[in-house]
Amino acid sequence: MSEKDQSTPDLLSESRRSAGFPSPADDYLELKLDLNSLLIKHREATFFLRVEGDSMIGAGIHSGDLIIVDRALQAQHKKVVVAVLDGELLIRRLSLQGSEVSLLAENSNYPAIVVSESTAFEIWGTVTNVIHEL
Amino acid sequence: MVEAERFALIDCNNFYVSCERLFNPKLEGRPVVVLSNNDGCVVSRSSEAKELGVKMGVPLFKIADLVKQKGIVTLSSNYALYGDLSERIMSILRNFSPSQEIYSIDECFLDFSGVSDRIAHGRQIRQCIKQQVGVPVCVGIAETKTLAKLANATAKKRTECGGVFDISALSQTERLALFAATPVGDVWGIGRKLVERLENIGIKTVKDFHDSDLEKMKELFSVVVERTVRELRGQSCLSMTEIAPVRKQILSSRSFGTYVYELSDLEQAVATYMATAALKLRTDESLAGALQVFIKTNRFAAPEDLYSQTATVTLKTPTDDSIQLVKAAITALRQIYRKGYAYQKAGVCLLDLSSINERQLSLFQSEASVSRSEKIMKLMDATNSTMGRGTLYLAAEGQNHSWQIKSNFKSPEYTTSWKELPVAHAK
Repeated sequence: MSEKDQSTPDLLSESRRSAGFPSPADDYLELKLDLNSLLIKHREATFFLRVEGDSMIGAGIHSGDLIIVDRALQAQHKKVVVAVLDGELLIRRLSLQGSEVSLLAENSNYPAIVVSESTAFEIWGTVTNVIHEL
Repeated sequence: MVEAERFALIDCNNFYVSCERLFNPKLEGRPVVVLSNNDGCVVSRSSEAKELGVKMGVPLFKIADLVKQKGIVTLSSNYALYGDLSERIMSILRNFSPSQEIYSIDECFLDFSGVSDRIAHGRQIRQCIKQQVGVPVCVGIAETKTLAKLANATAKKRTECGGVFDISALSQTERLALFAATPVGDVWGIGRKLVERLENIGIKTVKDFHDSDLEKMKELFSVVVERTVRELRGQSCLSMTEIAPVRKQILSSRSFGTYVYELSDLEQAVATYMATAALKLRTDESLAGALQVFIKTNRFAAPEDLYSQTATVTLKTPTDDSIQLVKAAITALRQIYRKGYAYQKAGVCLLDLSSINERQLSLFQSEASVSRSEKIMKLMDATNSTMGRGTLYLAAEGQNHSWQIKSNFKSPEYTTSWKELPVAHAK
């Protein structure tokens, strides 16, 4: 430690310097609520997409909503996912029944899509949250 | 026992094309090329485009017929996207080794010394990057960096090895067979000119090069070439340089989309380039002590139409203030501008960079003026980063950028602009 460092140890906290007792709030000063830490679990694997269409309305996902997609999660049965189907990114609920993979809509106007082995299909990521503007 | 050194080179496959495919899956399986600034030359090719014979660096106009005939998709480069995905990839790779050296936007070295199952480790890296960021990578492993590069090229070529190739796991016979089958031009740092000279003395393959005489290599070429031979023999001469060297200069320059004649247009261009460079400077927490401005006509123009000039300005005090830097650049530009030329390129370069922590105020500068300029720059950068690039700009940058570069086939800034997010279809 240099001389300079030793002469200025009290710069750490404003309240610790001014009063005899440290404020109990000091330890919490940095903890502003941050939506990123709540909504993003894997920073490098998280992407934002915009929804277009109304097939997922029953799951509370509307056209124009912003969805948060985490590619680090393993896609699971009943989770809402973004899938690549015929060269397009599609948002649907994933259903895994035995060896049968299907993509379910949350709107009776849209039939389920059963993925056959010949379909060009891939899970792009798992949808973790929806941001809907009121 | 001293642990044997092992290096891994992780390199993204056709990086720019792979980035584009992540958000536009329609490009999968099709021949795709990404073009350089101004849509000039091919800088990234999908494997399908490579198979059609599209060469790296070829100007777009030379392959115009092929593009039409074969339906090759041409894209302008989208560096906002590539930069963002690169940062994600490098950040994930950091978890796989105690030591990482980022070598370029799409490749990095990792220290693999002490990894027990290197192939498995490499496979895990590949799987992880593919799943999380969606970009395919290959992993080359060896005792030296030069060999790791070679291993990576081999991993790309030999599809049967699943994207991971470990030269240090080969027997001596296998190793020499690989070297004999690889042209010397595939070796890291051996450029076209050097290949010619090496071939003239009978060195055609990596094996010839590996077997060559060290003293002779040093004498005929350089210590660098000699060191490359040592590295090919498994003697590690290049260690990991973890800390990126402090940038020596920041360059911001572009070719114009059309010829520019007027001083006012050049001023706008120079101001815009300087604003970009100054932002980089502030991001690096550096100050510039000097700057350069240059303007150029087309270098293939007739001699009487050729003009190229550079002006360098030394600043009274090192600064990171866009306003001061733009002012200085424009003053310099006015000195070198000559009417009557068709300018094709302009640029600025920030020099004499120092860390902001070493700032010393000059006699004529007050603390107050420094903190005022700091406040303005912070506000400008913060606004531009939340509201989108170019929300706040200096008047000198202008609004009507008729000189701006061509990027006719640019994809959206999928990951860096709220307005350009990829679409998930709900249908």
